[in-house]
Amino acid sequence: MTVFIIRRLMQSALVVLVMSFLVFTGVNIVGDPVEMMVSDEADQEERDRVIKSMGLDKPWYTQYGLFVVNAFKGDLGNSFVYGEPALQIIVERMPATFELALVSLFMSIIIGIPLGVWAGLFPEKLSSKIVMSGSILGFSLPSFWVGLMMIMVFAVMLGWLPSTGRGDTVEILGINLSFLTADGLSHIFLPAVNLALFNTSLVIRLTRAGVREAVHQDYIKFARAKGLSNTRVIMVHLMKNIMIPVITVLGLEFGGLIAFSVVTETVFAWPGMGKLIIDAIQSLDRPIVVAYLMIIVLVFVVINLVVDILYSILDPRVRIQDVKS
Amino acid sequence: MYFKKTLAVGALAAMTAITLPLSASAETLTIGLGSEPTSIDPHYHNLGPNNQIAQHIFSRLVEQDEKQRLTPGLATSWEAINETTWEFKLRKGVKFHDGSDFNADDVIFTMKRAPAHPNARSSFKLYTHGGGKEYKKIDDYTIQVTTPRPYPLMATDLSTVHIVSNEIGDATWEGEFNNGNAAIGTGPYKLVKWTKGEILSLERYEGYHADKPMWTKVEIKPIKSAPSRLAALLAGDVDFIDSVPTVDISRLKKDPKLSLSQGVSNRVIYLHLDQFRDVAPFTTAKDGSEIKNPFKDVRVRQAISKAINRDLIIDRVMEGVAIKAGQLLPEGFFGRSAKLKPEAYDPEGAKKLLAEAGYPDGFKTVLHGPNDRYINDAKIAEAIAQMLSRIGIDTTPDTMPKSVYFKRAKNKGPTAPQEFAFVLVGWGSGTGEPSSPLKSLLATYDKEKGLGSSNRGLHSNLEMDKVLGDALATVDDAKRAELLAKATEIGIGQDVGIIPLHYQVNTWAAKKGLKYTARTDERTLAMGVEKE
Repeated sequence: MTVFIIRRLMQSALVVLVMSFLVFTGVNIVGDPVEMMVSDEADQEERDRVIKSMGLDKPWYTQYGLFVVNAFKGDLGNSFVYGEPALQIIVERMPATFELALVSLFMSIIIGIPLGVWAGLFPEKLSSKIVMSGSILGFSLPSFWVGLMMIMVFAVMLGWLPSTGRGDTVEILGINLSFLTADGLSHIFLPAVNLALFNTSLVIRLTRAGVREAVHQDYIKFARAKGLSNTRVIMVHLMKNIMIPVITVLGLEFGGLIAFSVVTETVFAWPGMGKLIIDAIQSLDRPIVVAYLMIIVLVFVVINLVVDILYSILDPRVRIQDVKS
Repeated sequence: MYFKKTLAVGALAAMTAITLPLSASAETLTIGLGSEPTSIDPHYHNLGPNNQIAQHIFSRLVEQDEKQRLTPGLATSWEAINETTWEFKLRKGVKFHDGSDFNADDVIFTMKRAPAHPNARSSFKLYTHGGGKEYKKIDDYTIQVTTPRPYPLMATDLSTVHIVSNEIGDATWEGEFNNGNAAIGTGPYKLVKWTKGEILSLERYEGYHADKPMWTKVEIKPIKSAPSRLAALLAGDVDFIDSVPTVDISRLKKDPKLSLSQGVSNRVIYLHLDQFRDVAPFTTAKDGSEIKNPFKDVRVRQAISKAINRDLIIDRVMEGVAIKAGQLLPEGFFGRSAKLKPEAYDPEGAKKLLAEAGYPDGFKTVLHGPNDRYINDAKIAEAIAQMLSRIGIDTTPDTMPKSVYFKRAKNKGPTAPQEFAFVLVGWGSGTGEPSSPLKSLLATYDKEKGLGSSNRGLHSNLEMDKVLGDALATVDDAKRAELLAKATEIGIGQDVGIIPLHYQVNTWAAKKGLKYTARTDERTLAMGVEKE
């Protein structure tokens, strides 16, 4: 197990390094951040000064070299736009995104799994058919549109929930959290539902497929024959066996929720990392883009590791070994 | 229902809040802004979104009113005491937010700090030291500024620079402003807290030296997505928004719950054509063979101007929300030409001019433009391409994100001209008079003198340069206005150095009962929002 983790971490370090090279050279090809930054009226002298202050007067390979050296010291460069360390700016926005992603993941689990089990156990019922058709909508409607529609209905027309923003936060261990206040909860509800929509549908479908497959297998029949209660058969024997694909997918999707909640964060003006990255891309704030992608690579690496460990807990047949592949 | 609370409370407290009248919040103004400042430091980034926030917290020696006319600020009066010296009398009894006195030392400190900001993304050096300005403290409430040559734009230049307190010390930069420690000004509002991307809270400064604004608290939320910003207003989460998208305006005007304010801006949208290279990129004969640059012929430029139906663009593309342009600034601004009118739509005349210029069958070209910079920019480019194709100039519109576009459209003088031959761009005159666009867009490129920095078509006319040079050295306002008008008439009227299309009109929307005084500088200020 330890060897496995060490090997995985070393692989990850390599991935991070390659990523840094690709991203750094990639963002350096596109556009001219100085043109985006300076005021129209600035003359050439002023432009040259800005170029120098952002270190863009050096050739790109020198810039990359400096970046790597500084990165080892934990400095991913200063944001072109804000002038503050890129890492610090991203970390400031992190709690908002993690909070949103976690709440939405939680929603998709508590809504998706029961509905999926229901639809799997009673596929012929009308209610199951409604659930399954509904899940197609969850897949196919663009989240930008759904988000705006939810704002129109629940905020503008009904006035039940606030339309945008994050609401009141409380500080816990130095981190600002909003889901612990009533106001914060009312703010997080719509964006979380919007973000959860796709994953809920995914969970429903995966769970249903798993249940449909498992209910006919011998161990379920045996459990029933043994006289176990229906609840125990479903909650223990069935659930444990259908969870593997669900956890794999949710693990990967969680990374996606964190990294690419861009659309939801933009629509709901949620002050998270997704909104930050899209602004950074538009204004060519290269250090932010590079630092962000570095962090996202790390997040994915960690999530995959956690998923692998969860496997072994759920399914005793899967033992983490020093996998050669 | 949604209640504003400053303290974190549980559900129980939230329920009791329902029964309480929220009278206190009546004095709070919540604004949804389409843009966000990059810093609170007023000298960090000379950019619209930053300057509009800075104007809440800081004051300037000379202020600009909603039409960008100069009005007394921290200076009560100013005059040229001789050809090369301006004297500013400072306001007495003004106190900074921290209680310290404002005097000449703060001005001297500001003028030293602003151009020397090491991290500035776009500094104010052009304004604080352009023309070789030197500052001298005469007494605590008198400042003299000298320049080697006569410098008429003194007050205009200084109306862009926000005054900070000298007590913040020599090495205090944007970080200390962003966290609020050094954000000490003399403006109408005090900074309470800025959480990037989330909220900027301001509180009224009771010791403000001029008319106090009506709102005791202001909360500014950045909501970049236009439909979301509008939804936030409709849902009552914010009281007031800026940059209302043109497609929604006609519908919103009928909404009884809202009140809209509109005003022309100082931003002109125009076309720039390559007037320098012998062979223009992307421009060929209709069969694809190489031709010499047709845009160098003034008749072709005139033909293009005549072929554009500005009324149609404003009516269909801009939904009526724009004013057609014939020069650099709309009516009411200083130094405007009374003679120049927007070119009338005349396709027959345009065809005739093309034939005279030797292109009876027209030619092929590409119109490049941004698609996320100006109001409806991509649609304007498409409309113009169609109109030009009608007179025989087969034009393909090619628009791209501004982050890509402005690098490729960057012109670094005759040795490194831009990649394109025919571009759509815009220009906002921060100073509220035409000398800045004349210097940047139409004057002959000269790096040393800082001229022609955005002259993407490399227009050059020595006569215009001379008139402009004279204007920039004429202190007498009436004479200068005349010279600026003359330079515009040469650069645009005679040379068609650029083809002006229209002036942008900005729209703000507020909930019923509030009204905003539209500003030509496009700024959104809490001070301008009043109850009807």
